Amino acid sequence: MLAKRVIPCLDVRDGQVVKGVKFRNHEVIGDIQPLAKRYAESGADELVFYDITASADGRTVDKSWVERVAREINIPFTVAGGIRSVEQAQTMLSMGADKISINSPALLNPDLINTLVEEFGQQCIVIGIDSFYNEQSDQYEVHQFTGDESKSRKSAWQTKDWLQEVISRGAGEIVLNCMNQDGVRRGYDIAQLSALREYCSVPLIASGGAGEIQHFVDAFQQAKVDGALAASVFHKNIFSISDVKAAMAANNVAVRPIEAIQETQ
Amino acid sequence: MNVVIVDTECANLTSVRFAVERLGYSVLITDDAEQIRTADCVILPGVGTAAAAMRNLQRKQLVEPLRELTQPVLGICLGMQLLTSHSEEGDVDCLNLIPAKTKRLREHGLPLPHMGWNTLEPTDDNPLVDTNDSYCYFVHSFAVAVDEYTIASSEYGERFASMIRHNNYFGAQFHPERSGKTGEALLKRFLELKLC
Repeated sequence: MLAKRVIPCLDVRDGQVVKGVKFRNHEVIGDIQPLAKRYAESGADELVFYDITASADGRTVDKSWVERVAREINIPFTVAGGIRSVEQAQTMLSMGADKISINSPALLNPDLINTLVEEFGQQCIVIGIDSFYNEQSDQYEVHQFTGDESKSRKSAWQTKDWLQEVISRGAGEIVLNCMNQDGVRRGYDIAQLSALREYCSVPLIASGGAGEIQHFVDAFQQAKVDGALAASVFHKNIFSISDVKAAMAANNVAVRPIEAIQETQ
Repeated sequence: MNVVIVDTECANLTSVRFAVERLGYSVLITDDAEQIRTADCVILPGVGTAAAAMRNLQRKQLVEPLRELTQPVLGICLGMQLLTSHSEEGDVDCLNLIPAKTKRLREHGLPLPHMGWNTLEPTDDNPLVDTNDSYCYFVHSFAVAVDEYTIASSEYGERFASMIRHNNYFGAQFHPERSGKTGEALLKRFLELKLC
């Protein structure tokens, strides 16, 4: 039976894992490889690295950490952030990333999705969507450039329409970041995820809002998502991946048990 | 020990290489027919589409050399599908080393591609996996139907062949290089396989 995925997300800046509040005041948490390895060994089903390295001045950014991660871990991982071209995608994939995730560049140039799918296959193209519930209009709206407060703004798309657009262009997976919940740790946006699940024929990953173990169970049981992404709860050791997986199993959510660490050589 | 990964110019070459290196073996990635022929074992990785991969193999003149191998060969994901006789993906004839056909997974109200960790049910004569319900990482939209060449099956709306075998040719629909300890154990067994 296909297991529901628990996916830690690590913010990377200049080759180190950082945490920051709204993309400012970054605090270095540690080196990428040992953290990636620790998460992989403690039961993560997959990892997402969100690269927030600034490249505004056009300099070549060192991405060699992608290859070091690929060398180290034996679970799949996605690189998100800063990928705008076929060449950049090629670099990430050839260094060993399993999937690449694009967000704002897809909104600026939707044809980029088709091009990437044709070049590398549907299985490795993930589309990230930052979606905001506008109470006044009672609509879910897609936002772009959310990584930079000064540029962050509403796009012309409603989330349901953009979701269907990217799927028709061949996207292999959707990460839906529900902005109203992001960083507040009050739970995933079950209403939004449930509303959009029926329009999403590809795997759907919940993002934004995880604060308690039960939040994961709720997202899987109520919104029927395929995976749940979380950052701070794992970085801050509020609870562990094995705590989440134990709760999933106790609630009859299909889960991949944590492997005993064994020597295979 | 001379491990060769066939250079199919696809994205997961690097992770397959690292997985073998983690087991302590050195690896050669090559599209040279002679080096492939003289290898102790051969891995045929693949992601992308069957039509594009077959075009690459034909352009590199590797179709016949791959068909004549006698050492253990492991096709991974699309690489497994290439071992079959035909793929519905692009309606293309494949290497025909295992007489099975690759078809699109049917919709069963489940998301496609089939992506994530799923369990394997190996057959009794599977030399690479011997435990039931071990989880492996899958990502695919096409699959091989269960038949007499199946040595492990999995379920996603329908039962499909997650591992196949004919003589020295083995295929895994999932990615052992990304399947944690289970995948490592499988690769280790494959690399140590003695065919008699």
